[in-house]
Amino acid sequence: MKFAVIVFPGSNCDNDMYYAIEEGLEEEIDKVWYTETDVSKYDAILLPGGFSYGDYLRSGAIARFAPVMESVIEEADKGKPVLGVCNGFQVLLEARLLPGAMQRNKDLKFICRPTELIVENDQTGFTNAYEIGESVTIPVAHGEGNYYCDEQTLKELQRNKQIVFTYRNDINGSTANIAGIVNEQGNVLGMMPHPERATSDLLGSADGLKLFKSMLKHWRESYVLTP
Amino acid sequence: MIKVHVYVTLKAGVLDPQGSAITNSLHTMNYDEVQSVRTGKFIELEVENTKNLEQRVEEMCEKLLSNPVIEDYTYTIGEAVS
Repeated sequence: MKFAVIVFPGSNCDNDMYYAIEEGLEEEIDKVWYTETDVSKYDAILLPGGFSYGDYLRSGAIARFAPVMESVIEEADKGKPVLGVCNGFQVLLEARLLPGAMQRNKDLKFICRPTELIVENDQTGFTNAYEIGESVTIPVAHGEGNYYCDEQTLKELQRNKQIVFTYRNDINGSTANIAGIVNEQGNVLGMMPHPERATSDLLGSADGLKLFKSMLKHWRESYVLTP
Repeated sequence: MIKVHVYVTLKAGVLDPQGSAITNSLHTMNYDEVQSVRTGKFIELEVENTKNLEQRVEEMCEKLLSNPVIEDYTYTIGEAVS
């Protein structure tokens, strides 16, 4: 399976993502610069954390119009797996690939610590290696992770089982404690916590590795024919 | 050149954590009359006088300058400046 991690000016978790795939998952990954215009040859696209374009105007607002995004959106619309973590999630929201928006954390502090999450949906191409209700520890590192959506959108997210991860405790003021959501088709996941920083016990937790294993499993089941 | 002023504000009902912090700070400074504070952004553009200027400013606000999910915007298109 061949992954692409998109590198925007100001991305700073692209290396973590790279090593999560190369060393953790032992699959192929390329760093793809934001000026590229075709990502169709990859099996999955990863948007990393960081501060793309210095978070100017709004987090992700300017990255959303980077040249590479046209192709990312095209591939997402075709059903290719797209994972956005932290700033990557913010870019997906700004690109309207996912509903809602991010605001400053409710207490205005940047939070950087391991966080307990609940797996709310284990039937996605990103979470099939988890079990529903499972508690996992994955670090967060954000100042604007306060997920907001209106009541009608929240009802739709709940009805379509689009809420994938929630925080066990309210850490940032997010609507319904939402930590991660998928789009209606289920091929685009955005989440604030960093699974790529939890891929080995040496790092404090290996709970994030299962997310990438889920992507691999889903891809094999979808595209690789066994003789 | 024409100056365009764009004001971006949070939609009514969307919580404003920065506004709350500013309210608290004003209260500790004894400005007890302050009931609430809402923060926003002011953006000034200098643009050439093109056809459909208003429509194009509208587009800029919708696409980039504001996030319509949580924000409203207003703008004024000013007199020509040298």
